[in-house]
Amino acid sequence: MESFLPLYMVTPLAAAFLIPLVGRVFSAFARTITPLVFLLLLILGIHYLLSGISSPLTYEVGGWQPVNGIPIAIYLVLDGFSTILLITINLIAFLAAFYSISYMKKYTAENNYYTLFCLMVAGMNGVVLTGDLFNLYVFLEIAAISSYALVAFGVEKTELEASFKYQVLGGMASLLILLAIGLLYWATSTLNITDISHILMIQGDNKIILFIQILLITGFGLKAAMVPFHAWLPDAHSSAPSPISAMLSGILIKAIGVYVLFRLLFNMFTLTYEIALTITVLAVLSMVIGGILAIGQQDYKRLLAYSSISQVGYILLAMGIGMMVLAQNGAKEIAALAILGGLFHLINHAVFKGLMFMNAGAVEHATGIRDLAKLGGLAKWLPLTSATSFTGSMAISGIPPFSGFFSKLIIIIAAIQANYYLLAFLAALVSIITLAYFLKLQKNIFYATFPEHIERVRKIPFTMKCSMVMLAILCLAMSLLIIPGIRDIVLIPAVEVLID
Amino acid sequence: MTSIVKTVTRLVVGVIFIYGIYIILHGHLTPGGGFAGGAIIAGAFILLVLAYGSDMLKLKAKEAGSSVMESLAILAFLLMAVVAFFLGTKVFFHNYLPKGIIGDLISAGVIPLYNIAVGIEVAAALFTIFLALVIFKEESK
Repeated sequence: MESFLPLYMVTPLAAAFLIPLVGRVFSAFARTITPLVFLLLLILGIHYLLSGISSPLTYEVGGWQPVNGIPIAIYLVLDGFSTILLITINLIAFLAAFYSISYMKKYTAENNYYTLFCLMVAGMNGVVLTGDLFNLYVFLEIAAISSYALVAFGVEKTELEASFKYQVLGGMASLLILLAIGLLYWATSTLNITDISHILMIQGDNKIILFIQILLITGFGLKAAMVPFHAWLPDAHSSAPSPISAMLSGILIKAIGVYVLFRLLFNMFTLTYEIALTITVLAVLSMVIGGILAIGQQDYKRLLAYSSISQVGYILLAMGIGMMVLAQNGAKEIAALAILGGLFHLINHAVFKGLMFMNAGAVEHATGIRDLAKLGGLAKWLPLTSATSFTGSMAISGIPPFSGFFSKLIIIIAAIQANYYLLAFLAALVSIITLAYFLKLQKNIFYATFPEHIERVRKIPFTMKCSMVMLAILCLAMSLLIIPGIRDIVLIPAVEVLID
Repeated sequence: MTSIVKTVTRLVVGVIFIYGIYIILHGHLTPGGGFAGGAIIAGAFILLVLAYGSDMLKLKAKEAGSSVMESLAILAFLLMAVVAFFLGTKVFFHNYLPKGIIGDLISAGVIPLYNIAVGIEVAAALFTIFLALVIFKEESK
């Protein structure tokens, strides 16, 4: 069963390097093969999820057996937590690639775009699957470097500036992460995550491990755009082509930021209250400041980018509460509930933020304008985009029966059960702020009077519409994950991986 | 460039090229390997372009060629890794060729083949980057 794991790296990589060769001859090759690859990987992921195998799958690359109990091979590990991440990555990648078919026609060098797209997804799949720290760093760089190039894809002044800023800060993050991995290798003489966790458990508390944890939080905090480290995100995510913005905001900051951070903090290090408190404070800052900054934005995609910072704050907050409860030896049920809320919000956010960026791309495609003050009254011209945008807005602001409501509700309930009333209050308050700026967005674009300077509104092509509608349906359908039978298959295995 | 540079380049470039190939082929025996050897080979090509001037059309043709080589080298590397799925213990990246005697030039199974693929890839990639920069500079003149 586990022999399908390398496919998650092999197929996107093979597609990425076939495109520049075959794409020279057949111009349609790139845009057909890319969505097909992600569809295949998505189906594989769902097939594994439904097969009901409860024990995690491990795969030794190269077939190297452990010597004297010390693992030598690079391990690929698929457990509950990585399964839901893999499925989310390939789902959003498939829809974004499908959306790109029409959207990218106005750009030149389509082949380069699809090559970079496949490389980015290969990197993210690798980060999620690998069980080896250095291998993780390599895949992280593959994903990050291709995303730098994709942000600059328009090669205009703003895109290049945003990409440069992103590269400098991303490079610093990678440096800190590499330093932390180096120190960890020095302290434990191994790079296998499971092996390191065994050794750290025997070694017990020491100062160098605390230092490594701080380095990792800073490094992955930069990648995940937590608030003191968020400066690059609004520029980078608003300058990229829209399907790439959907990938970056929906998936990339979670796969190479949030996911790795919690994988390492929960499964490799021993939880301490101080680290848990740090995460929670950063989470609250991201949630509140991201939300407040989003209100004042006049650029469609910048507003969405700030909203991403705020929503990632929710995920971190839930995880932080879970860590604080676990570190104080509190009730495991409360910690499990908080982590469940965080993971649920992580998947939900990927879906609705992907949808919102695709809507932004559709509006930009139809009118060529991103400034909220210059748009208005588009509901009459773009009824479908207006409806999907409304769905996305309601889901992200947490209005029942959309999926965002349930994940935010679980986070707030967990905060109250753990007696963090202030955190619960702030989570509810930011939810109202979110509703405020999404209503502003909805009104300024779709409902106000139609401005006269817009000469014509172009039609939205079929593939773009199709991706948007699918994500809008998912916004509603994801609420089903809260039903006990489905929750036990999808979310509970992931929670168990983190708690044990 | 002056005839001094051209003559010295003509004399030296072959030696550099052979040295790069030597480093790649001995990758499994001595320090170095695909990456280091590939960088040396790219150096030989770059030296030639620097000494013998830059005709735009020829450079563009060269860039197209080297980027095709780059993709082909990576695909060859992937193919060798994937072939392991079907041979021997059927594990990704498994070393399925006979290992030979330690210290011989032809030993260590697939590893020399991987090194050759990496060497071509690195040489082509570095040369493509160099050409892209030269073409960019020529075009913006």
